[in-house]
Amino acid sequence: MHNFTPVSALIGGVIIGLSVVLYFYTTGRLAGISGIFENAISNTSLRLSNTLFLIGLVIGPLLIYNIILPNNPIAFEITNSYLLIIPGGFLVGFGTRLGGGCTSGHGICGIGRLSVNSMIATALFVATGIITVFVLQQLGVYL
Amino acid sequence: MNDKIISLISGVIFGIGLVISGMTNPEKVLGFLSITHNWDASLIFVMGGAILAFAPFFFLLKNKEVSALGAKIELPEKQNIDNKLLIGSALFGVGWGLVGLCPGPAIAAIATFDPIVIVFLVSMAAGVLAKKNIIK
Repeated sequence: MHNFTPVSALIGGVIIGLSVVLYFYTTGRLAGISGIFENAISNTSLRLSNTLFLIGLVIGPLLIYNIILPNNPIAFEITNSYLLIIPGGFLVGFGTRLGGGCTSGHGICGIGRLSVNSMIATALFVATGIITVFVLQQLGVYL
Repeated sequence: MNDKIISLISGVIFGIGLVISGMTNPEKVLGFLSITHNWDASLIFVMGGAILAFAPFFFLLKNKEVSALGAKIELPEKQNIDNKLLIGSALFGVGWGLVGLCPGPAIAAIATFDPIVIVFLVSMAAGVLAKKNIIK
């Protein structure tokens, strides 16, 4: 299997889960990032708190890569095609809000609370993601 | 005040988890979605680890009336499986497959200082606002 990293994936996943626990235990809210993002860019009472959560999301990687692992750049390989980036970003924003959640809101929080809706949503977005990557590979976009 | 500090700390921990898991790298996510070619199952371990850490605490806490900071426990209302859930999730998956970024990693990826991340985030914000303004 190509670049399979189960140990770091599991450790990172548990840390994400603990963040969700801390946030739920203290604030009483579920840490779904697409909802937090919507609140941060809309005029809601949670705007400042949710913006701070998103700032934290950026500080976390900066802490790891400047203090714990200095001299190691963050592994980041992304397409440079705006034909993928712009519709991709738009569909992620539109789709997550229409569907009521993303990988964290449905995938982690929702499945964690045994929500059938979230299990269906997760199965669907993984399925259409797989189909999209398959089609792009057939078109020679991704290898 | 406490709510804001906790939000920031929760975000920092979430971001650390994301970057350790490797999921801030779109290539890694596309490797998971590429089941017919060099499949990389790492994402299952990320979601699995997060769910295993969260689920037991959720069932311990869900029947409390207020959180540790005295806020109301907010759970999504039970909803029918409707077209919004199905179409929205399907569209999200297409966008996810086009680039390999979902909302959490897209925001955490600001830490790479790659300007294309900003283009993605502006497009994502446009999608969020389009939904908010078109569909109630």
